[in-house]
This record gives sequence, C-alpha cells and structure tokens, in this order.
Amino acid sequence: MGTNMISIRHIVKQYASQRALDNVSMEIERGTVFGLLGPNGAGKTSLIRIINQITAPDSGEILFNREKLNQKHIERIGYLPEERGLYKKMKIGEQILYLARLKGLDKQEAMRRIKYWFVKLEIESWWDKKVEDLSKGMQQKVQFVATVLHEPELLILDEPFTGFDPVNAEIIKNEILELNKKGATIIFSTHRMESVEELCDSIALLNLSHKILNGKVKDIRNTYRNGTYLLEYEGDHLAFNGSAPFTLLSETNHEGSYQVKVKIQDGKKVNDVLHYLLPLVTINRVEEIVPTMNEIFIQTVSKSK
Amino acid sequence: MNKIWLIIQREYISRVKKKSFLVMTFLVPVLSMGMMALIIYLVAKQDDLCDKKKVEVVDESGMFRNKLKSSGSIEYSYSADNYATAKAGLLKSGYDYLLYVPGSITGVQLFSEKKASALTIQNIQSALSDIAQSQRLVSAGIDTAVLAKAQRPITLDAKQITESGEKDAQTYVAYAIGFISAFLIYMSLFIYGAQVMRGVIEEKVSRIVEVIISSVKPFQLMLGKIIGIGLVGLTQFVLWIALSLALSTVAGTVMMSKSTGNITEQVAKSQGVSSAQLSQASATQVQENGTAKIMKSIESIPVAYTIFCFLFYFLTGYMLYSAIFAMVGSAVDNETETQQFMLPITLPLVFTFIISMNFIINNPDSSLSIWLSMIPFTSPIAMMIRIPFGVPAWQLAISMMLMILGFLFTTWVAARVYRVGILMYGKKASYRELAKWFMYKE
Repeated sequence: MGTNMISIRHIVKQYASQRALDNVSMEIERGTVFGLLGPNGAGKTSLIRIINQITAPDSGEILFNREKLNQKHIERIGYLPEERGLYKKMKIGEQILYLARLKGLDKQEAMRRIKYWFVKLEIESWWDKKVEDLSKGMQQKVQFVATVLHEPELLILDEPFTGFDPVNAEIIKNEILELNKKGATIIFSTHRMESVEELCDSIALLNLSHKILNGKVKDIRNTYRNGTYLLEYEGDHLAFNGSAPFTLLSETNHEGSYQVKVKIQDGKKVNDVLHYLLPLVTINRVEEIVPTMNEIFIQTVSKSK
Repeated sequence: MNKIWLIIQREYISRVKKKSFLVMTFLVPVLSMGMMALIIYLVAKQDDLCDKKKVEVVDESGMFRNKLKSSGSIEYSYSADNYATAKAGLLKSGYDYLLYVPGSITGVQLFSEKKASALTIQNIQSALSDIAQSQRLVSAGIDTAVLAKAQRPITLDAKQITESGEKDAQTYVAYAIGFISAFLIYMSLFIYGAQVMRGVIEEKVSRIVEVIISSVKPFQLMLGKIIGIGLVGLTQFVLWIALSLALSTVAGTVMMSKSTGNITEQVAKSQGVSSAQLSQASATQVQENGTAKIMKSIESIPVAYTIFCFLFYFLTGYMLYSAIFAMVGSAVDNETETQQFMLPITLPLVFTFIISMNFIINNPDSSLSIWLSMIPFTSPIAMMIRIPFGVPAWQLAISMMLMILGFLFTTWVAARVYRVGILMYGKKASYRELAKWFMYKE
C-alpha cells in the first residue's frame, strides 16, 4: 500500500512545568500494526490524545491520510483508552448504541452492527445487563465492541489486553488482526513486549518525551544483532583455543551435553563456526540470539538516560 | 449539534426513567399537600388539641361575674368559696388555675401548680381588660349601643396606584409568592447543580469520559449534561405544578364544603375571646371580608408573568451555577473532595437567601435589594423576592440581560477548566491548579 495513514510532524506539547512531547515526528503506514512503546510518562498518552483531538499540540502538525487532522476525522478513528470505563448503571445494549451514535452512526446501522458483534463474541444475552453486573473482563469485551463498531480506518488501542484472561486475550488479538487484514491501520500502545513482536510491523519508542527509536520491527532487530549464537552439542569437552572463529561467552555441561553461548569473530560467519565444530562433536542445536524487543527496549531506554 | 442532542437525550432519559424521579414527582406534591392539610387541620383544631385549662374564678369585686366567656382553651367557673379556702384547696380541686380578683380590682392574681403559660396569662389578661374597660365606660354613663359601635375594629384597605389604575396592594400574598418562589429557586439550584456535579464525577471516576471526548468536544459533553439535567428539573417543576394544582383543586373542593363552617366557627370563637363584647356574627363578617380580600389580591398577581420570571431565573440561575458545579466535578476524583470548592457556590446562595428572607422581602425597593437583584450570582433569588411586589421594567430588563451574560461567562470559564480537569486522574486539585488549567491553550 505504501501510503501513510498518519504523519506526525514535529509535535511539541508542553504542560505547565513539563514537556510531554518534544519535537516528535513519525510516519504510520496505512494497513500496518504500529507499536507505540515507552515507559510510563514517556508521552505516549499525550501523543494518542493529540491524534484523537482530545488535546491539541503547541506546535507541529498531524496529517490524516495526507489531510491536516480535523473534526471530521474523529468518526474515522476508534479509540480504546488505557483508562477505560462505561456508565455503570446503563444497560449494555443502550450504552454501545449511544457510543456508536456519538461516533456518527445512525440508529439502524448501529443496531445491525451491534447484533453482528454480539453474535460474533457470543455475548447476545448481555443486551439488558448493566455494566456493574459484568466482570472486568466482560466489560473490556463490551468496550472493545464499542471501539470498533463504527469500522474505523484507524484503531488506537492503549494497552488492549490488560484485564483479559488468556483465552479472551487471544480472542481479542485475533479480532484485532482480522480488522487489520480488512484494512484497518492499528496503533497499539503497550509495555508488553511479547505482544509487540507478535503483532507489530513497525514501532516507535518514546522516552522522556523524545522519540528514541523508530522503524520496522525486523529492521530494528537486525541492527541489534551482534553475532551471538547458542550451540548445543554432545561429545568430549572442548578447550577452545585461538584457532576457533569465535569467543566463548558461557558454557554449561549437563551429562556430556554442552550448551554454549559464543560470539563470532568479526568477518566470520556461522558456517565457519559449524565448520570448526563438525569434526569434533555432534551438533544438536544452532540458534542465533537476536535480542528480544524487550531487551532492545530496556537497553535503549537505559542508554538514553 | 446533533451530538449535543444525543447527550441531552441520554442525560434526560436516564434520569427521568429512574424510579427515584417518579417517586419524587408524585411524592413531593402529595407530601406538601398533606403537610398543608395537616397545618390547616391543626390550626382549626388547635383548641381541641391542647388541654382545656380549667380556671376557678374568685371574684370579690363582682365585676366579672358570668362575663368571662369560656373558650376552646380556657374554661372559667365561678367559685362560691372565698379566696383563702380556694387557694388552700387549689392543688386538690382539679382546677389548673385560680384567678383571684380582689374587691378593689387592683392586684389581680393568678395561681397555679405549674408555671402559667404566657399565652394563658395573655388571654386571661386581655379578657379581663376588655370587660373592665367596657364596664368602666358603662359606669361612666356611656350607652351600650354607643359602646358596641365604638369597639368595632377598623381594617385597612391598602391600594396601589399604577398607570393602569388602582389595584389591591395586599402585601402578604406578594410576601408568600416571593418567599415560595425564591425558596424553590434556592433549593433547585443546589439540587440540580449537585446532580450535574455528580454526573461529571461519575464520568470521570468510571473513566468513560475519555471515550466520549474522543467522539465529542468536552464543551459539548458539559453543555449536553447541563441542558439535559436542566430539562429534568423543568419537567419536575411542571409536573409538580400540574399535580399540585390538580390535587389542591380536588382537596380544595372537598375541604371547603366540609370545613369552612368549622373554621369560621373556630375563628369566631377565638375572636370572641379577645373582644368579648363583639357578637359572633360580626366576627364572622370580618373573617369573610379577609378571605375575600386574599382571593382578590391573589387575582391581582399576574400569574403568567410571575411564572415566566420564575422559569427564566430558574433556568439562567441553574445554568450559571451548574457550570460551576460541573467545573468542581471535573477537578476532583470523588465527592468528598468537592468540599473545598463548594464555598464559592454556597456562599453567594446562602448569603442572598438569608438577606432575601430577612431584608429584601420587607424592603423590596431599597438600593441593596436592587443591587442584589442585578448581580447575576444573587439575582435569581433576590429578583424572585421582588417580582410579586412589582419591579420596574427597566430593572428587570437589565437584570435578565446581566443574568444571560453571567451564565455565558461562567460557562466559558467552567468549560476551560473542565476540559483539562476531566483528564486529570489522581491529582489533588487546588484553586491555583484550576487557574493554571484555565490558562492552558487548546
């Protein structure tokens, strides 16, 4: 697709004594899942609120589909805030209908879609229930339906999996991916790095109101490769000497089965390592250790301090 | 605009559908009617309800013999005993009081086991005085017919001269209408304003506010809530007025046919005590005149005009204060934290209410009254007190204009604080903080 859904350009947002966003720019490609990451207080929520037009930036601009962001875009965005909630005393059905109509859907269309989602998520019987009678996880499901009901082009999900049990988290994850497949662009804000690797195409990492890392997940992980491999083999104990094309980082021995971490010397390849080892031992496992997003996250954040 | 309408609908319907709304709507008129009926009943039956005081009279002068008339609350009986025996036997005689009139009529004494109530003393005293006065006049040679004529009381007929002619100027009806409408506005500003505040806190605490303001502007949400709850208030008032009218017509016809006789009789009796010489018939006459006058002066109050002013000041006053209530609600995380911000709301309201009930109602045209009925924060109450007494058109016009400007101003200020406040979780707000939020750019 290649076109940008959202272009964020030089956004600055200042609260009384504290700068929430300092000259932050990023591009979010149409049809991708974009991870907005960062520790608490990094400025994620501020940025999301600006995209939702809940607050306005002090300077800088945001383009939605190459148009300057304005009121009419509100109906094309779905937002699931981290701090979420529903009217406790209002019936579920009426509540979703109300929220959908605030997003500009007319009553009949909204009803039709609510029924579709209620059947899909197997919550048809909840229509007349009040929110206060539902468990936290059930409320989250209702809230998710309210967020996606108007079929937004851009879906902004702030920590969407908190409060879900693993089964329901899986259901919601699959719904998100399905919406993405149908063409929705998704901005996904989280600290949970496992889900980032699984879901996101690109990420931006914010820390202390600055963007400190941005790009495709694959590319970022590639740049963080440093030639570390995990090897498992059986055989005699090897005393690596200068002729080995790697340096030993760690070694464990379990009844003649060895597990070692090695760092390949500059200019050498994993094939050279195998070549060196093949005549000496029986190799069971060779695996490149690519830093996880979690490690990259921690490493980058602590470096930027 | 369409979205504000949705918000208004939700705020309105969710409240009107509540059981408590229905209960309040039907219970309040029934209760207030019931209370009125009870008061009328108690007043009518006052004498029967309190114990009859038995007074034994020892009259050495002979002046009062058979002239003190027993009434509902006091029963006189003349003793054949002399003073000393009666006094000695009082505690065992079954009488509550012993009234002793010496031959010289100086040093009249009243004895009792318990302390005599002020009312009883007053009643007996005035009965004695009336009789003594008439007696003395008669013994001075005045004809009893002349005397009866001389004692006929005079009633004052107050008239007001306006450009459209003369009209009755009975102030007690204006007094009552001013009092009731000012009190209703005072109460409703608190009741419905607090509902706005609670609604804002509910949205903030349940965190739904962020979902909603990703669809509508905070200002729309605030205004929709204020208007929606305002309409609930209006509905309640209209229903109350309609129900009260219906109930009072029904109750009125029943009560009138049944108890008019009783009341007049009762009134006549009490009149009989204070001016023993007056005949029952003329006492009734006076009372009927009074009732007719009240009816006439109620008719002299322009109903439509008063109701219009009441609804205008209720709505604008409500808008003005509920905006501030909404602002307070946006600044806090729960209802207990609202205390520190309530002073700017309660102070002008309570101040005006107290001044109104004690000063304005007695001096509706003084310069303080005029000023208070101009300032938007105080005018809903102060002006409603003045309106039944008649307010010059130019004053009303200025006051209403200032009222509209006033609520536009508070709504504007409140909206600026509100838009920031509703997104501030877990932060203890102070007045300084609110000022800072107000200054934030969009």
